[in-house]
Amino acid sequence: MKKKMVAVLLSAAMAAAMTACGGSSSKEEAPAPAETSEGEEAEAEAPAETSEASGGEFKVGLITDVGGVNDGSFNQSSWEGLQRAMDELGIEANYLESATDADYVPNIETFVDEDYDLIISVGYMLADATKTAAEANPDCRFAIIDDSSIDLDNVTCLMFKQEQASYLVGYVAGLMTESDNIGFVIGMANETMNQFGYGYCAGAIDANPDIKIQQYNANSFADSATGKTNANSAITNGADIVFHAAGATGLGVIEACQEAGVYAIGVDSDQSSIAPNTIITSAMKRVDNAVYDTVKALIEGNLESGIHTYDLSVGGVDIAPTQDLLPAEVISAVEEIKTKIISGEVTVPSNKEEFEAAYGDVYELD
Amino acid sequence: MDVIIKNLGLLINATLIATPPLLLAALGSCFSERSGVVNIGIEGMMTIGAFTGAVMGLTTGNGWIAFLCAGAAGGFFGFIHAVACVSFHADQTIAGTAINFLGPGLAVFLCKAMFNNSSDTPAMAPSCKLPKLFEGVFPAGSFFSNVLNVYAVAYLVFILAAVCWFVFYKTKFGAHLRAVGEHPEACESLGIDVYRVRYICVILSGFMAGLGGAFVTLATINQFRPSVIVGQGFIAIAAVIFGKFSPGGATKACLLFGLCSGIKTLAGQSNTISPNIISMIPYIVTILALVLFVGKAHTPAANGKPFVKSK
Repeated sequence: MKKKMVAVLLSAAMAAAMTACGGSSSKEEAPAPAETSEGEEAEAEAPAETSEASGGEFKVGLITDVGGVNDGSFNQSSWEGLQRAMDELGIEANYLESATDADYVPNIETFVDEDYDLIISVGYMLADATKTAAEANPDCRFAIIDDSSIDLDNVTCLMFKQEQASYLVGYVAGLMTESDNIGFVIGMANETMNQFGYGYCAGAIDANPDIKIQQYNANSFADSATGKTNANSAITNGADIVFHAAGATGLGVIEACQEAGVYAIGVDSDQSSIAPNTIITSAMKRVDNAVYDTVKALIEGNLESGIHTYDLSVGGVDIAPTQDLLPAEVISAVEEIKTKIISGEVTVPSNKEEFEAAYGDVYELD
Repeated sequence: MDVIIKNLGLLINATLIATPPLLLAALGSCFSERSGVVNIGIEGMMTIGAFTGAVMGLTTGNGWIAFLCAGAAGGFFGFIHAVACVSFHADQTIAGTAINFLGPGLAVFLCKAMFNNSSDTPAMAPSCKLPKLFEGVFPAGSFFSNVLNVYAVAYLVFILAAVCWFVFYKTKFGAHLRAVGEHPEACESLGIDVYRVRYICVILSGFMAGLGGAFVTLATINQFRPSVIVGQGFIAIAAVIFGKFSPGGATKACLLFGLCSGIKTLAGQSNTISPNIISMIPYIVTILALVLFVGKAHTPAANGKPFVKSK
């Protein structure tokens, strides 16, 4: 009995270790000119000044969080941006997926050891690992998505005004709901994630002052069973539209909405393909554009460290192009409010103080 | 009152989402353990089942066929385990560990080979999934919808548990398998083919584990990704030990685990109590139940020991 328990524990540990190694790498050689010798590669690391610089000598690595590159969400979007850079700029690119939090450090080290020019970490969950690696490897460039806490010369922080996109989908939900009751499922309640909630609640209230917004914290980005139960709760309590900002947990949310025949709103990328008759729209973060721009800046030699913010006006965030389920008047109302946000006529709250000053203490998850 | 009924419905619904994968795997594990073969490869068998279920659902468009194919894939892994442990007298723990490496590794490898280098399969249309019991009968979100309009398999597993109990205690095969796990030498002297009984039991445990894995991809969600099976196999093994190696005990243990995870989800959805504390509920309940209510489990005497035929 004792022996067996030890065996069970050991094998659990081994299974965990194995999934840690399970991160994959897909190496796709870009149509790059020629092989580079080591000397040339070193040269390439120095920012090329000329605009005719070819991306052929650049190696860019992408590290996903626990979602993986097919999460139908921002990991996928990042990888798509990098693939576009591969096709159009001729860089060499590669990704490593993280199965657990413990994979971040080894994944970053793998790319550092292989002399990558730019390592892109997808998501604030990689912030600590990225910071440590950036401090230890000052010659290597890093970029991180959704985190502004790293202040180092070799780190570029890509931030998104996700509250603006969330505002737009909240506005849609406010106009579309028939029960004046909508739901929201978040993957984790923290500063970055709550911005989705502030924007969503603000948009919904502006479109429909009588609305009730049910808010759920799934406390996980990878537990679809929990997401499903969260959405079921929202539906049971009368919601007819549920928005998720919860990565893979959100797949359970979408599935529950699809089963119950109510609408869902996707996040990060246009998620319509997951359930075409269920997902009315998505709050898009154009992480792909940001990743592409970053790689382009790297090749052109003008990649700057510090915080870069992508908002509605530059197409950094947006509402999804798939709007087949929306009536024309909703689409035009959203376009109108979009122009107002860009012109500054409507300000979207991005933190607790701003939100509570304008809308009161409606948001429960902060 | 209304609120209580509503939440009760949700709790039952959440339990019926979390319990079936565990219970299927645990029932299978009972067969294997009671026949004297330790099977810690349940997790790997579940993963391969989850993957096969998703792929077959996509290709055949029929949830039941996909579900059975997933069982067959798990059963094949059970067969590998049986060959190693029964015929070749390998150390059962090591063979099971190998299965735990092989299952997820092979699933991800095949997934990448088949789906454009991605470790997740594409999403399935609802028609490809397992059917629900009362589709469209009750309004969405009502108590009856939450309790009754669930995936048919979620109720089927409890019937299956009763069948397992019957096989264990009311059939000749059940008597043989229990005896083989206690004293294989005596069984052999009485003319019971020990190898045959153990082969059947181990393959059956793989088959059930495969079904358990497929429930996740064919019912809970609609695609496979490597993170869908993370630890359910080990929880199922814990449930078997917790349930004293009997189908009835394992069923109760799985229900307890499923219920706790439902409570965890429902209690954790607002931010009134720290979600991190609530996440501990299932584990605290398990420890308390083990210490306070469950006595010492009797492990089958020959469990884990390879049996060498005397001739």
